[in-house]
Amino acid sequence: MSTAPPLLVARGVSVGIDGRTLCATLDLDIRPGEMLAVIGRNGIGKSTVLSTLAGLRAPLAGALTLDGMPIGSMAPRALARRRALLPQSHEDAFASTVLDTVLVGRHPHIGRWSDDSAHDVQVAFDAMARVSLTGFEARDVRTLSGGERQRVAIAALLAQDAPLCLLDEPVTHLDLDYQMDTLSLFAGMAHDEGRAVVAVLHDLNQVLRFCDRVLLLTGGGEWVCGAVDAVLQPDTLSRAFCHPLRELRDGARRYFVPA
Amino acid sequence: MQPPASGRTRAPRRRTLALPLLAVGLLLSIALSLSLGSVPVSPAQLWQIATGGDAGVAGDVVLGLRLPRVLAAAACGGLLALAGALMQVLLRNPLADPYVLGISGGASVGALLAMTAGLAGALFELSAFAGALAAMALVFGLAHGEGGRTPTRLLLTGVIVSAGCGAAVSFMLTVANEQSLRGMLFWLMGDAGVAAPPAAALWALAIGVLVCVPLARDLNLLARGDLTAQTLGVPVLRLRLAIYLIASALTAVAVTTVGAVGFVGLVVPHLMRLALGNDQRLLLPASALAGALLLLLADTAARTVIAPAQLPVGVLTALLGVPVFLFLLHRRQ
Repeated sequence: MSTAPPLLVARGVSVGIDGRTLCATLDLDIRPGEMLAVIGRNGIGKSTVLSTLAGLRAPLAGALTLDGMPIGSMAPRALARRRALLPQSHEDAFASTVLDTVLVGRHPHIGRWSDDSAHDVQVAFDAMARVSLTGFEARDVRTLSGGERQRVAIAALLAQDAPLCLLDEPVTHLDLDYQMDTLSLFAGMAHDEGRAVVAVLHDLNQVLRFCDRVLLLTGGGEWVCGAVDAVLQPDTLSRAFCHPLRELRDGARRYFVPA
Repeated sequence: MQPPASGRTRAPRRRTLALPLLAVGLLLSIALSLSLGSVPVSPAQLWQIATGGDAGVAGDVVLGLRLPRVLAAAACGGLLALAGALMQVLLRNPLADPYVLGISGGASVGALLAMTAGLAGALFELSAFAGALAAMALVFGLAHGEGGRTPTRLLLTGVIVSAGCGAAVSFMLTVANEQSLRGMLFWLMGDAGVAAPPAAALWALAIGVLVCVPLARDLNLLARGDLTAQTLGVPVLRLRLAIYLIASALTAVAVTTVGAVGFVGLVVPHLMRLALGNDQRLLLPASALAGALLLLLADTAARTVIAPAQLPVGVLTALLGVPVFLFLLHRRQ
C-alpha cells in the first residue's frame, strides 16, 4: 500500500440518481501508485460513482477533494489536466482520423489559440504505440471494430497524461490478449509511473491479478472497500453477485469460478 | 514510435488556402452579380462606381437596386451556413439544418400573420423575427428534462413545433386572399427580391463569426460527445446553451431578411466538411464564406435565367441542393 499523500479523498460522499442512493457515506483515499477496482452487479451504480469521483456530477452529500482542493470548485480545464476518464461508450457522429481522435486527449494542455505542437503529436503517437495502434493514424474511427475503437479511446486517455485515471470498463470489446495487455499497461502506470488508477471491472480474476484494492458496491447504498485479498472472499462475492462462487487455488494464486 | 515526416495526416496547404480562396471567390461573385441584369454594367463602370465616380443610370442601378440585394443574399447565405454548421455540432447530427429546431416555422407564422394583417416594411420584419424567437423559446422551454436538453429531446421538440407551425401556415394560406397569396408563397420559398435592408444581416454575420470562432476548439470536443467534452474541460451545459442561442438568433435574422431559403444551411457545412475536415476553427468561417457565395450565385441566377421574370431563390437552392445532397449521401454509403 502506497504511503504517498492521497490524490483523491472522499469523506462521507453519498451518490444517488433519481432519488435512489447508490453509495452512502463513502470514505475513500486514492493514492498515487495504486490500482483500485470498482465492482458490483449491473445497474448498481458503478459508472455513476465513477463520474462522481471524476467531478462530473455533484455528490448528494459529503466532500470530495483532488490535490486537497474541493473538486467541484476546480476550473474544468485544470481538473482535466489532473484526472482522465475513459467513458464506457464512444460517439462518432462525424468522420475523424485515429490521430485526431487521440489528439483530443491533449485538449486540456493546449491553449485556446494554439494548434497541436510537435510535442502533442509525439505524445499521441507514443500513446497509439502503447495500445498497438501503430499504422492506424490515418484510419477513420468510424471504420474501426469495437475493440480497435476502444483502444483508440485508451490512447486518447494516455495522451491526456493525467495522474488520476478513472476507467469505465476499460477492457470491454477487447480480445483476451488485449485485455491482458491493457490491464498490465494500467497496472504499470499505477505501480511504476506512480499514477492512481480506478477501473470498473467485471472479471473477478482480473481484479485479483491486477488490482491492489477494491470497492464493492452491494446495493442499497452499501459498499465494502479494502485490500483485494480481504474483500474478495467467496461468501461476500456470492452474496454481492447473487450467484454462488467457488474459490480455486493454484499455488499462491486464487481464482473464482461460478459454482 | 516516430510520427511520419509530414507530421499530420491532414492536407495543410488545402486548409490554409481555403479561406483566402473562398473570400476571393465571394468578391468576384459580388462583382459579377452587380454587373448582371436588365441594365448591363461593365467592369470599368463597376470600378468607376466603386471608386466614387459618377456612372449615371448604371450607378443608380448598382448602388440603389443591386447592391442591397447582393449584400442581403450574401449575408443571409453566410448566416444560414454558419447556423447550420453550429446546429450540426449541437445536435451531433450531420443531417441537422438551421430550421430543424422550428425557427423557420415560427418566422413563417409571424410573417404570414403580418401579411394577412396587411403589415409591411419594418413591422412585417418585426413580426417574422418575433415568430422566430417565439418558436425558439417554445422549443427551448419544452425540451428541458432529466440530463438537460439532450440532442434527441431538442430534435424531437423542434420537429413537432415545426409541424405545428406548418399546420398554421397551411391554414393561413387557405384563407388568404388572392392578392397576398403570391407574396406569401414567395416568402415561404425564400426570396431575396423583396429582401429587407441588409444591415441587420451583415451585423449579425460579423458578430456571429467573431463569437463562434473563439468557441471552435471547444466545439471540436462537443462534436465528440458531451461526456468526452466535459471530461476534457469543456463547460458543456454553458456551451450548448450559447450555441443554441447563437445559431437560433443567426437563423432568425436570416429568415427575417430573405425568407425561409432552404438547403444552404444543410449542404454548405456538409460540403465544407468533406473538403476540409471537421475542425470547427476552419469549418465555421469557411461555411460562412461558402454559404454567402452559394446564396449570392443562386440569387443572381434566380433573377437572370428567366428574366424579366424572377424565381424565388429558395427554389433554386432546393433544386441545386437536393441532387447534391443525395449524391453525397449515396457516395458515403
